[in-house]
Amino acid sequence: MPSKHFSRVNSGNSDLPFSYVPETSDNIDDTLIMKVTVASGKGGTGKSMVAANLAWALSETSPVTLVDCDVEEPNLHLFFPQDPIEREEVTVPVPSIDLDRCTFCGDCAGFCAYGALLVTKDRVLFFPDLCHSCGGCSLICLAGAIKETQRSIGTLTLRHISDRLHIVTGTLQEGDVLATKVIREAKRIAERPGWIVYDASPGTSCPVVETLQGSDLCLLVTESTPFGLHDLELAYSVTSYMGIPSGVVINLSDGRDKETRAFCEEKEIPVFATIPFDRWIAHVQGVGDLISRRDSFWKDRFIALGMACCSRVEEL
Amino acid sequence: MDNTRRICIPSSGPETGDLVDDRFGRAPFFMIYDTGTKKTEGHKNPACDGMGGVGPKAAQFLITHGVTVLVAERVGGNALEALKAGGIAVLLFDKKGATVGDAIEAFLQGELGEQ
Repeated sequence: MPSKHFSRVNSGNSDLPFSYVPETSDNIDDTLIMKVTVASGKGGTGKSMVAANLAWALSETSPVTLVDCDVEEPNLHLFFPQDPIEREEVTVPVPSIDLDRCTFCGDCAGFCAYGALLVTKDRVLFFPDLCHSCGGCSLICLAGAIKETQRSIGTLTLRHISDRLHIVTGTLQEGDVLATKVIREAKRIAERPGWIVYDASPGTSCPVVETLQGSDLCLLVTESTPFGLHDLELAYSVTSYMGIPSGVVINLSDGRDKETRAFCEEKEIPVFATIPFDRWIAHVQGVGDLISRRDSFWKDRFIALGMACCSRVEEL
Repeated sequence: MDNTRRICIPSSGPETGDLVDDRFGRAPFFMIYDTGTKKTEGHKNPACDGMGGVGPKAAQFLITHGVTVLVAERVGGNALEALKAGGIAVLLFDKKGATVGDAIEAFLQGELGEQ
């Protein structure tokens, strides 16, 4: 069911998929705190495009923090020329073994559920990539030979784009695996008043769940292909399991999207917006610009998308 | 001088007549042959169902059981590093359809080279 703020306009040319018909005056609530995660299921549907445009358009009148939670391959900073004003390391605790105190009893390796420790008669081997930083080994060591030290696994940066728009980027070091820790830290420094828009990584596993935690709403971006629909169904199963309300954005639309709309209707998920499969859009985004920055027509539509998110959260 | 050696062969079952498993960390059983007693013990591999870190856990099992030689086909990167640290030689045995008994025989005949 479309939001009351939308009326769908059918146009032959597919360049006017919907239009914003305001029902009340556009006073933006200054005390608004709204957390939206942009997720998908399938990769390449346009999460970053939607997240960046939404953040840009809303920042015209509201404070917005855009958070890049695709920490294995962050890309939001590519749409903005500003350099970071702040940089912070992300670390995880890992064991450091004092071989003078170690009795090579092997209790630590026996306890470790992840196979990160190996004890021979005269050596202890540690596999940092397998360590989940649970702290169990240091607790269990009777000889007091294990100390916790911090290991760097990534960085956080903060960019000031305008007085109302900030971008937090989490980057997991190449070769490291604990994406969830970097995401958690990025979300921590992004706790600012106003809108917080989280750009999730594709898929439905741990990093996406970590990103979704605590969101008021999830925007599920899909495309009108069978793959897009299949993965939308998976993503929706995650958001509904987590009890997070969702709304769908159909990107790269062929103008029909029959099966996708049927699925949304069946599950009662509102389709907030449809963005056409369009060469101009592809070009603008492809050169690192934003359609809402280039064209006020699109800026208005992304503001409308933001309002649809608010309505959806309010009505529930 | 006691030069008894304990050889591990990853196996699909707990008997010497069972087929060799071509994996290491996720093989369901580890057969350990003792060159001194000439006896074979069958052990369930405690690590085989793990989500991750299986290689090092399997290597730890071998170290704890005094194994000094592993006769196997495929051994992963983490496992190899762990086995090396534990001073365990890794010999290649890739004959298809072979039993644990065949593998032990091949080892005793000196037919196997290091991986």
